[in-house]
Amino acid sequence: MRAFTVVSGLVAPMDRANVDTDLIIPKQFLKSIKRSGFGPNLFDEIRYLDEGQPGQDCADRPINEEFPLNFPRYKGASILLARENFGCGSSREHAPWALEDYGFRCVIASSFADIFYNNCFKNGVLPIALEESVVARLFDEMYASEGYELTVDLQRQRVITPSGEELSFEVDEFRRHCLLEGLDDIGLTLQSAEAIRSYEQGWREQSPWLFDVIK
Amino acid sequence: MTGKTLYDKLWQNHLVEQRDDGSALIYIDRQLIHEVTSPQAFDGLRLAGRKPWRRDANLAVPDHNVPTEQAERAGGVAAIADPISRLQVQTLDDNCDDFDLVKYDINDVRQGIVHVVGPEQGATLPGMTVVCGDSHTSTHGALGALAHGIGTSEVEHVLATQTLIQQKMKNLLVRIDGSLQNGVTAKDVALAVIGQIGTAGGTGYAIEFGGQVLRDMSMEGRMTVCNMSIEAGARMGMVAVDNTTLDYVEGRTYAPKGELWEMAVEAWRDLHSDEDAVFDAVVELRGEDIKPQVTWGTSPEMVLPVDGVLPDPANIDDATRKTAVTRALQYMGLEAGSSIGDIRPDRVFIGSCTNSRIEDLRSAAEVVKGKTVADSVKQALVVPGSGEVKKQAEEEGLDKIFIDAGMEWREPGCSMCLAMNADKLGAGEHCASTSNRNFEGRQGFGGRTHLVSPAMAAAAAVAGHFVDVRDWQEAGQ
Ligand code: SF4
Repeated sequence: MRAFTVVSGLVAPMDRANVDTDLIIPKQFLKSIKRSGFGPNLFDEIRYLDEGQPGQDCADRPINEEFPLNFPRYKGASILLARENFGCGSSREHAPWALEDYGFRCVIASSFADIFYNNCFKNGVLPIALEESVVARLFDEMYASEGYELTVDLQRQRVITPSGEELSFEVDEFRRHCLLEGLDDIGLTLQSAEAIRSYEQGWREQSPWLFDVIK
Repeated sequence: MTGKTLYDKLWQNHLVEQRDDGSALIYIDRQLIHEVTSPQAFDGLRLAGRKPWRRDANLAVPDHNVPTEQAERAGGVAAIADPISRLQVQTLDDNCDDFDLVKYDINDVRQGIVHVVGPEQGATLPGMTVVCGDSHTSTHGALGALAHGIGTSEVEHVLATQTLIQQKMKNLLVRIDGSLQNGVTAKDVALAVIGQIGTAGGTGYAIEFGGQVLRDMSMEGRMTVCNMSIEAGARMGMVAVDNTTLDYVEGRTYAPKGELWEMAVEAWRDLHSDEDAVFDAVVELRGEDIKPQVTWGTSPEMVLPVDGVLPDPANIDDATRKTAVTRALQYMGLEAGSSIGDIRPDRVFIGSCTNSRIEDLRSAAEVVKGKTVADSVKQALVVPGSGEVKKQAEEEGLDKIFIDAGMEWREPGCSMCLAMNADKLGAGEHCASTSNRNFEGRQGFGGRTHLVSPAMAAAAAVAGHFVDVRDWQEAGQ
């Protein structure tokens, strides 16, 4: 996983509440058995005017000129600004894969759905929850000035606006550490293999019916 | 010391390691695997040269992509017409062979939607931690298990380590006292709860559903309610173990037998919140107040009782909500201020992990028995949740009732719940659906979903528009 330390970049809007994972990446693309290549289909249903098919070359498709990510001013954005309950719906990790593949390193919203929030950290995408009023203000600032950029400093847990204002955000220690270092969770967990084995042995004695049944 | 909630107990029982940074390592008893969210996890294992930690903890079954038409289904994986779907199902088969995991083939009678199969086979049991790369894993909480959806990286993590790194959730009790009116079902309860707390109401919480309504509810009903916890924002929902649970589990394929059964029951008797347990939040509803529910918009919280009137954005002050309602009405092609009863479904879908169990099919069959689907309805699909459900329904003659009414009787799978196979809505079509999500495009590009109970879907199929199944049944329609 790519480490996340400081990211500065252009901000693009996804200005609606309850953006669900079906909207982030529609189901037909979930048929892929790969982990990459989802970027062109991020927000597919509202980004293009036709119905997207897996494996299709998106360059030839009619685009929805009214969808902000298609505006020239947001081209190359790496920070997505969104509203409440972003990422609700399914557990599909294809959602953060698509965001990451598109080029987003960070999503700022007033709140996130639990599974999506967790999935982001596994893929080098930092979800930042800020107060609703603060998010509203960032939206205003972004709309008001073309080329609006933010800097996100994970080490210091700060979002820095163009005026130099620093907004602090919460992130739990373990996730922060893994993201800063770009660490593979599995490798870390396997350092506790002994503890897992000893737990497992005790649990097996206590609940033998849970073991060796599906064979 | 205050008492523990059911969630606290399940958590405590599975805690391998509590870490100083607030994270914890939790042991996972059962992982269910399906074709959509697993290929990248198996690839990850392969790349790192890892093997499953405990092969007997896993059970795999394809469900999302499988065709439900008998002709296509009969030919097995090789006959799946869509090459991309075929590859995904084939990849699951190959991965399970490679890693020596147990898997049900698409034409095995035990095959079905992963959340129907788990409890049905006794592969998910009270007191377990259950995960699956699918958000409706919350379903299994009905058994008194700690069950939730995970992403693909976590699927790989569980395969490789038999654990997950977790943060403990807060406790939310949703208590529904009293009793339900005739014609009001578990699905209506789930939708009413979401209508009350919203789709983010449960974010950060583990929900326990309790109260007399849940005590009186069948296991299948409890599964319907827990299934939709995720639509209320909570990754997991659960119900305390009681005799209903034990009766349901006893005798199932992977359930303990003989002495082990006795031992298990003794342990399971503790799987309820203590009298003096403290919840971080409590939400209360009265069973009598719940009417049949119908969603009108593009989020499960956009739900109304069947006699409800659609909101008018002009009367909404909050700007975000105003835009959301405006957009939803526009997407759904519905007028502000119109009635639920005016909505005319083009298609009807009875199925999904929410409502495809035998009781769901019985309740739909009871409504359509001796009647026919309205001419205005292009298609009414009935898709059983598993091969076992299908077999049982056929033994009871339910398939005939559906077919005689002009409905299609299909092979088990997710089908039109998310339209990854050929079953889908056309643009602009309305669907009375017993599934769990009404997001834009969920059931097909431009499709318009209305979430309802099986009885309500069946009644709408016959009437050609939404009707209140309570009066409707009384009037002997
Ligand atoms: S039936 Fe629908 S919600 Fe359930 S697992 Fe299948 S696709 Fe997901």
